[in-house]
Amino acid sequence: MGKPLPALSLVQLTLVRIREFVREPEAMFWSFGFPLLLAAGLGLAFRSRPPETLRVAVVRASASDSIERVLEQGGGLVVDVLDDSTALRRLRTGQVALVATRQPDGTLSYDFDPDRPDSRAARFLVNDALQRAAGRADPLPITERKVQERGSRYIDFFIPGLLGMNLMSSGIWGIAFSVVTARNRKLLKRLAATPMSRAEYLASYLLSRLAFLTVEVLVIVGFGALVFNVPVRGSIAVFSLIVLLGALAFSGLGLLVSSRVATIEAVSGLTNLVMLPQWIFSGVFFSSKNFPDVLQPFISVLPLTAVVDALRGNLLMGSGLVELAPHLAVIAVWAAVAFVVALRMFRWR
Amino acid sequence: MAVTAPATTHEPASAAAPAFALEVRGLVKRYGDVTAVAGLSFAVRAGECFGLLGPNGAGKTTTLEICEGLNSADEGDVIVLGRSWRRDPQWLRDRIGLSLQETQLSEKLSVYETLRLFASFYQKPRMVNDVIPLVGLEEKRDAYVGGLSGGQKQRLAIACALVGDPKLLFLDEPTTGLDPQSRRALWDLVEQYKRDGGTVVLTTHYMDEAERLCDRIAIVDHGKVIAEGTPRALIAGLGADQVVRFQLSDGAAVPSALLESLPGVRVVATSDDGYELQCAAVHETLPALLQLIAQRNARLADLRTHAPTLEDVFVALTGRALRES
Repeated sequence: MGKPLPALSLVQLTLVRIREFVREPEAMFWSFGFPLLLAAGLGLAFRSRPPETLRVAVVRASASDSIERVLEQGGGLVVDVLDDSTALRRLRTGQVALVATRQPDGTLSYDFDPDRPDSRAARFLVNDALQRAAGRADPLPITERKVQERGSRYIDFFIPGLLGMNLMSSGIWGIAFSVVTARNRKLLKRLAATPMSRAEYLASYLLSRLAFLTVEVLVIVGFGALVFNVPVRGSIAVFSLIVLLGALAFSGLGLLVSSRVATIEAVSGLTNLVMLPQWIFSGVFFSSKNFPDVLQPFISVLPLTAVVDALRGNLLMGSGLVELAPHLAVIAVWAAVAFVVALRMFRWR
Repeated sequence: MAVTAPATTHEPASAAAPAFALEVRGLVKRYGDVTAVAGLSFAVRAGECFGLLGPNGAGKTTTLEICEGLNSADEGDVIVLGRSWRRDPQWLRDRIGLSLQETQLSEKLSVYETLRLFASFYQKPRMVNDVIPLVGLEEKRDAYVGGLSGGQKQRLAIACALVGDPKLLFLDEPTTGLDPQSRRALWDLVEQYKRDGGTVVLTTHYMDEAERLCDRIAIVDHGKVIAEGTPRALIAGLGADQVVRFQLSDGAAVPSALLESLPGVRVVATSDDGYELQCAAVHETLPALLQLIAQRNARLADLRTHAPTLEDVFVALTGRALRES
């Protein structure tokens, strides 16, 4: 056999990373399956509903009346004809939005709760329908245009957040677990006694992350686009840049938390310390603007905030490089600092 | 960090091959207040199997790790294959093989994949498919490491050490925790490597292992070499032809001074297991011993004699039994 190719050990190391991951079914589930379940659950819970119909009650009158027929033709209303006391009880318990009664003198009376939006809406819809039927004409002609925007639903907000969160947890946890396990089992020490290039060893983690990353991104964004019709408006090149840079930053953090500790327990604690604030503050599940203004400078420099904001800008609003530059800069600084410090601190024993 | 092999690619044979594969002089290693290695020296000739023998905590593993380039010495020199770790780390790593005491290889990789990985690190590795039969793992070639027995895992560890085609092999407690059959399989492996011209340095606390495998031995205690030589010479140095061990019933005791005054006794050692007498003339010692016991109205619980071993050398040197210390 001739001299081995220079990159051969890098290839072998990367293959080992991929094999170790793929042969661990639980790791596969938490990286790929769990985010999909989360997206499906939240997508269903917060899906946009069709326009709501309002349920209103009409008090049964002794004389035959046309109120109920008029209201049913008006559209958007479901009408129950009830006796006086039942109608009012249903109003109080929220089952109907309004009670309409024809008084003996021919006038109309409405019972409704002005604090309930559905009740107020019913007041206007019912009155409008009845007045028109009685011959009212609108003095101003109007035209209506219906606008229904993709990209403003909760699932649209959530999919970029989920992608960012997954980049973070698989980047940090995937690397930290593997490195610390190897150190704990004295495998790092054994490898350090071979002529293996230590830079290649660490590079193999980045390369394997890249392989998994592609799958993760396709699974999550593909799921969002196909199942929930989440928009992908920005350029694919900018999107790839955000994802790559984000993955680098989180890999660097993973290397950093695992650079010294030798037990899984210790690295679990460190990993949570790094990830928990970002889950809470970085706007994965709800907008980070909900936090007080004093916290905003701190929140905006978290790597996950930058990644999630950049992904939302790219996917939902189609923002380009120039608009996203501040976010990308934050991510790049995290990546550079994390790697430099991690390599300084890294312990092979 | 990752320095590739130096430009001088010629083998040491083309220069003058060093007479010693490994030279250790005045090695000292401290951990805080504890001195693990206290001025330890020895030299290993090319082509021999050299054993560091001693109780747990004697400093064997620390010494070995310094020789392997995994640990640094506070004082002293280590010359491996004629070079130093400070100047030629990458050259050396390419030419030594080793197994550590506690390494656990990745469980989800197969035997073949593990060896393929290790082979990829070396300039001139052996073929993986040649190494697997060498350690008798042909049938486990595609089995996951997690599914191997303790003996098979240890043979794989040795295979990882051999796949780089090393000139010098370091084995730290290679058979600790193995069943007798696996131990013998491992011994055969080491002997085969030696027949092929390799040099071996191993640590062990098993006397039989040292006697069987090692051409020369250094007995290490408290971080120092307290005796060095071939197993045969070390044992002959005792001047004893037999060792007598006995125990008394009901916790009865005999003062050591009385035992030392018996005819033909050279060394007396006491332990929880009873008494041990190293005798130059067992035919004189035994009748006198029996008489002494009878005089003191004690009763023998156990009496046995055996030809002296390295174990007895350690007892004679330290007054302690190797196993219990």
